[in-house]
Amino acid sequence: MASYYASSSSSGEVTADHRDFPHVLAVDDNHVDRKIIETMLRNSSCRVTTVENGTRALEYLGLRDGQPNSATLVSSAGCQFPVMVILPSSYEIPMPIQQASKVNLVITDYCMPGMTGYELLKKIKGSSFLKEVPVVIVSSENVPTRINKCLEEGAKMFMLKPLKQSDVKKLRCHLLNCRS
Amino acid sequence: MDALQLRRQLIEYTAELFSEGFLDEQFTQLQQLQDENNPDFVVEVVSLFFQDSERLLNELAKSLSQQEIDFKKMDAHVHQLKGSSSSVGAHRVQRSCISFRDFCNAKNVEGCLECLQKMKHEYSLVKDKLETFFDLEQQLSTTGGSPPPP
Repeated sequence: MASYYASSSSSGEVTADHRDFPHVLAVDDNHVDRKIIETMLRNSSCRVTTVENGTRALEYLGLRDGQPNSATLVSSAGCQFPVMVILPSSYEIPMPIQQASKVNLVITDYCMPGMTGYELLKKIKGSSFLKEVPVVIVSSENVPTRINKCLEEGAKMFMLKPLKQSDVKKLRCHLLNCRS
Repeated sequence: MDALQLRRQLIEYTAELFSEGFLDEQFTQLQQLQDENNPDFVVEVVSLFFQDSERLLNELAKSLSQQEIDFKKMDAHVHQLKGSSSSVGAHRVQRSCISFRDFCNAKNVEGCLECLQKMKHEYSLVKDKLETFFDLEQQLSTTGGSPPPP
């Protein structure tokens, strides 16, 4: 995976190598779980954005009605790695365009009202500019058919809730260029 | 009570909460996530859990009082409650949610009503216990005592 990072001076963000601070998008309708995953990811040196549903996740990723919006097309040129974005549940803050293309991993709950994590996975994998983004599915239910279906659709990992810090550390190592 | 006594009391109280099944290892996970960068993490998460639980328990009661009971909606609510209680380590609440779900799947209204009472009871017990726990922690911190490791 190419290590590429463009500084987004307009946002005033610190120009750190993305390998050190990958940007993760966490999607979960449960408020308690969003707070926990956010903390676990931050403790694993990830930048985190959380959102409460698949629709908001896709909006953040720059996909609207299955098509990238024009802002994203501009920013995704040259972007060579999948991005995981955890969107803030408030989501009233306008995000700089470049930030949307810097999601290095998506971690999503499976059971969500409206769009399930599986449906979100399919939309991401079905998009030409997002399909390289690794997606991890989490679920409180250990259903082998569900797990297989997600892995077949291209999920990198399937993890069971409740998550532990060690699960998130492993995830970071396996999927996001582990640096100790 | 001095810091040493308070600390001992807190350790004993915590051990009781675990041995009586009110809390499980997930609560310990939360405690381990708390540090100087995130000093109020456990209280914050547990407060969210309290808010969510109260809302969901009310929703379940409302659903069960309807003429036409929406089992699908109730299932969604109890799924949420089961999820949050599991994530904070509120073990007995989580278990009562599992029972409720079984009654809900069987469309057994009597069973659901009885189970909801049990869920409310378990929730109010763990809420009391956690509030006492946080109170002891606060007292210990006020006396300058060092918190016991999780």
